[in-house]
Amino acid sequence: MAFLILTTLALSPLAAWLGRRSARWAQLLALWPLFLTIWFARGFHSALTNEPLTDRLSWIPSMGLELSFRLDGLSGLFALLVTGIGTCIVVYGAHYFDGHPYSGRFQATLFGFMTAMLGVVLTDNVLALFVFWELTGFTSFLLIGFSHRKSESRRSAIQALIVTGSGGLALLAAAALLVQVTGSESLFTHTQSGELLRAHPFYLPIVLCLLLAAFTKSAQFPFHFWLPGAMAAPTPVSAYLHSATMVKAGVYLVARMSPAVGGTQLWNWTIAAVGAFTMLGAAYRAVQETDLKKILAYSTVSALGTIFFLLGLGTPATLTAAVGYIVAHACYKGTLFLVTGIIDHQTGTRDVARLAGLRRVLPVTAVAGGLAALSMMGLPPFFGFLAKEIAYEAVLAQPLIPQVALGALVLASALLGLCGLLVGYAPFVGELPQDLRETRRASPGLWLGPLLLGTLGTLGLFAGALSTPLEFAARSVVGRALPLELALWHGVTPPLLLSVATVALTLLLYWQRRGIRRFARPRGLNTARLYDGAVGVLDWISLRISRPLQDASLSTYVLVFVVTTGALIGTGLSLSIRVHLPSLVPLRTYEVLIVLLVVAAAITAVRARTTMTAVLSLGTAGYGVALTFLLYGAPDLAMTQFSVETLTAIIFVFVFWQFPKVEETTSRVARIRDGVVSMAFGWYIFVLTLVTAINPTSSGLSSFYAEAAPTLAHGRNIVNVILVDFRALDTLGEITVLVTAAVGVAALLHIASQEKLAR
Amino acid sequence: MELLFALTAGVLYASGLYLMLRRRLAQLIIGLGLLTNGTNILIFTSGGLTRTNAPVLAADALETTEPFADPVPQALILTAIVIGFGVLAFSLVLAHQVHRSSGTDDVGDRQ
Repeated sequence: MAFLILTTLALSPLAAWLGRRSARWAQLLALWPLFLTIWFARGFHSALTNEPLTDRLSWIPSMGLELSFRLDGLSGLFALLVTGIGTCIVVYGAHYFDGHPYSGRFQATLFGFMTAMLGVVLTDNVLALFVFWELTGFTSFLLIGFSHRKSESRRSAIQALIVTGSGGLALLAAAALLVQVTGSESLFTHTQSGELLRAHPFYLPIVLCLLLAAFTKSAQFPFHFWLPGAMAAPTPVSAYLHSATMVKAGVYLVARMSPAVGGTQLWNWTIAAVGAFTMLGAAYRAVQETDLKKILAYSTVSALGTIFFLLGLGTPATLTAAVGYIVAHACYKGTLFLVTGIIDHQTGTRDVARLAGLRRVLPVTAVAGGLAALSMMGLPPFFGFLAKEIAYEAVLAQPLIPQVALGALVLASALLGLCGLLVGYAPFVGELPQDLRETRRASPGLWLGPLLLGTLGTLGLFAGALSTPLEFAARSVVGRALPLELALWHGVTPPLLLSVATVALTLLLYWQRRGIRRFARPRGLNTARLYDGAVGVLDWISLRISRPLQDASLSTYVLVFVVTTGALIGTGLSLSIRVHLPSLVPLRTYEVLIVLLVVAAAITAVRARTTMTAVLSLGTAGYGVALTFLLYGAPDLAMTQFSVETLTAIIFVFVFWQFPKVEETTSRVARIRDGVVSMAFGWYIFVLTLVTAINPTSSGLSSFYAEAAPTLAHGRNIVNVILVDFRALDTLGEITVLVTAAVGVAALLHIASQEKLAR
Repeated sequence: MELLFALTAGVLYASGLYLMLRRRLAQLIIGLGLLTNGTNILIFTSGGLTRTNAPVLAADALETTEPFADPVPQALILTAIVIGFGVLAFSLVLAHQVHRSSGTDDVGDRQ
C-alpha cells in the first residue's frame, strides 16, 4: 500500500511529460488511478471479510518515525472516492486542457495531490497525517493559482493556503498532544484510548485544535470564505479537490477521531452547531448566486455543514447517515462541477441568466446533469434519495433536538435540491438563446467522466447490496457493528413523508427562483472581510517596520546592525563584569607611547580633511598595532601586519589620489547620533576586551599544540605549524578567498582599462 | 597593560564605526580597516598577555619555555590579517569603480 501511494508521487514527472501531449495520449494517465481504484476495491473487500490491511515503511528510523498505513472501512471508502473520481478527472482534464500550455503541470500536480490525499485517508501515523494534510493544502494552493497570471487566482490561492495552513498547524498541535497523552503515534491506538483521552486535562485543547483543523479544511463558518474563492481554480480542480475529496479531509478527521475524543457534550454540540449554521447559511447564499460555480461552491459548503451536523449529533444512526451522505455528495456534486466545466468550456459563460436550452447542443452533458440534479434533489431511485432517507430517519430517532434539527435539515435539503436544479436542469431546458446556437458539441472525453459519475447515483437501485459496504465504512466511526438496511421502499414512513415534503418545497422554490435572488445577503457574516482586514493590518505593520530598517542606505544598515549588537552585548556584559585591577600586567613607558600613537592615529583618521591624511593615519594605527604584537610575543603577526600595512597604504594611495576632498555631507544631528553610537560601542569593546583579558579562557589547546608541534609536525614555530599543518585545510580555504579576491580585483581593473581604451 | 589594550581596541572600534557610518566609500573602507585592527587586538588579548616568550621552540629544545604567548589566537589573527587585506583590496577597487562611473563616492542618496 505504501508502495502504491509513493508510486503515485513518482509518476508525477511522467504525468507532466504525457500530460503535455494531446488528449489522446494524456488520457492514458487515467490507467494508474483506475488500477488503484480496482486495487482499493479489492482491499476494501478483503478488509470487509478479513482484517483491515496494514502496511508500514520506515521513514526516519532515528526519530522513530514510520509511514504506517491502515485500510479499514472508512479509509477504504475515502480511498475509493479519491481514486475513482480521480480517474474521471484525469480523463476529463486531459480533454479540458487539450492544447493548454500548462496541461502537463496540471496532471503532475494532480498526481501529487492524489498521493497526498491517499496519504491523509490511509495513514495510521498522526504525524504523517499532518504532513499529508499540509501537502493536500499545498497542491491545492498550486491548483487554485493555476492561472497564475490573474491576480484573482493568486489572491484566492494565498487565501486558501493561509486559512487551511493555519488549520494544519492546529492539527500538528493536536497531534503532539495526542502523542503526549497516549504515548503512541498510531491513530488506531488513539481510537482505542477514548476513556483515557476524555478524562485527560489536555482533552479540551486537543478537541479545539482538531476542530479548528477540520473546520478550516472543510470550509465551515467562519472559515468558509476560502472555498468560494477557490473557484478561481479550473473546473476539473474544483470538482475534484474542492468538492469531492480535499474539503472532505476535515470531515474525515472528525469521523476518524470520533471514537477517540467524541461522545462528549463539547464535541457533539460544537460540531452540530457549527455544522447546522453553515448548512443553512451557505444553502441560503448558494441560491442567491448567478454564477454556476459559485452556486456549487456554496452548496458544497452547505453539504459539508450537513455532514458535520450529522456527525455532531453523534448517534450510531446519524454517523452512518453522514458516511452515506459523503458518498452521495461526492458523486452528484462531482458530476455537476464537471457539467459546469463543459458548459463553461463550450459556451464561455457560467451565468445562469444567459444559459438555456443547451440540451440541443450538449445532449449527453444534459443527461449527466439531469441524473446528478435528481440525485441531489433526493428522488428515488438515486443514491441521494437513500442518503437523505437514512439521514431523516437518524435525526428523527436521535434524542438531542429532534424537531429543530429536522426542520433545519429539511430546509437545507430543499435549498440544496434547488441548487441541483439550477445547475443540472435549468441550463438545459427552454429555448436556446441566439448567441449559444453556434456552441460546439463536447467531445466524448469530456462527457464520459460526468456521465459515469452521474450514473453511479442510480446505484440506489441496488440498495440492498449497498448496505454492507456502507455499514462497514460506518463501523470505523461508530466503533461497533450496527444493523443497516437500505431499501428504496420501506412503506409509508415518516422519512418518506419528509422526503416528499422536501421535494415539494424544492419545486416551489424553483418556481420562485428569481424572487429568491432578491433577498438581502447578511453582510455581518462576511468573514472574508475580517480576513482581508487582518491581512491588511499585517501588511501595514511589516511596511512600517521594513521601511525604516531597509531604506537602501548603507549607513542605516550599519547603524541598525551596530545598535542591535551593542544592545545585546551591552546587556550581557553589564551582568558579567568582574575586574580585579591588581592582576593587571604593569605598564611600561614605551608601551604607553605606542598605544597613544594608535589612539592619536585613529582620532586623526576620523577628523581628517583629505582622504590621504586618513589613509596615512590608518597606516600609522596599523604599524602601532604591529608593534604591540611584537612586544607581546607574536613576531609572526608583527611581520605580516607590517607587510600588509605597507601594501595597503600603497594601494590606497594609487586608488585614492584622485578622490575628492572629504566634505561633511551629513547633518549635525546625524553626526552627533553616530558619534554617540560609536562611542557607546567602543565602550562596550573596551569592557569586553578587559573582561576577556583578565579571565583568559584556557582550552588546553595551546599546551596541546606546544607538545605536538615538534613531535607530530616536526616544526618549531607553533603558530606556523598550526596554520600549515594542523589547520592546513583552513589555510587552503583562506588562500582560495584571496585568489577569489585577486580575480575580482583583476576583473574590475580589466573592465576599467577596457573602458578607457574604448574612449 | 590590559587596560591600555582595552583602550586601544575601544578607540579603534569607536573611530572605525564612526567612519563606517559616513556616506563616503573612502571613509567606509578606512573605518573597516580600523575595525579590523580593533578586532585583532580583542582576539589577541583574549589569550592572556605575556611579554616573555614567543610560541617558538628554541633550536635544540623539546619543550617551549614557560610562560609563552598563546599560539591559538595568533594563528586566528594571522588568518584575519590576510583575509582583511583581501577584503580591503577588493572593496578599494570596487569603490574606485563606483567613483569612476558616477564621479562621486558618496553613497548616501543612492536609492
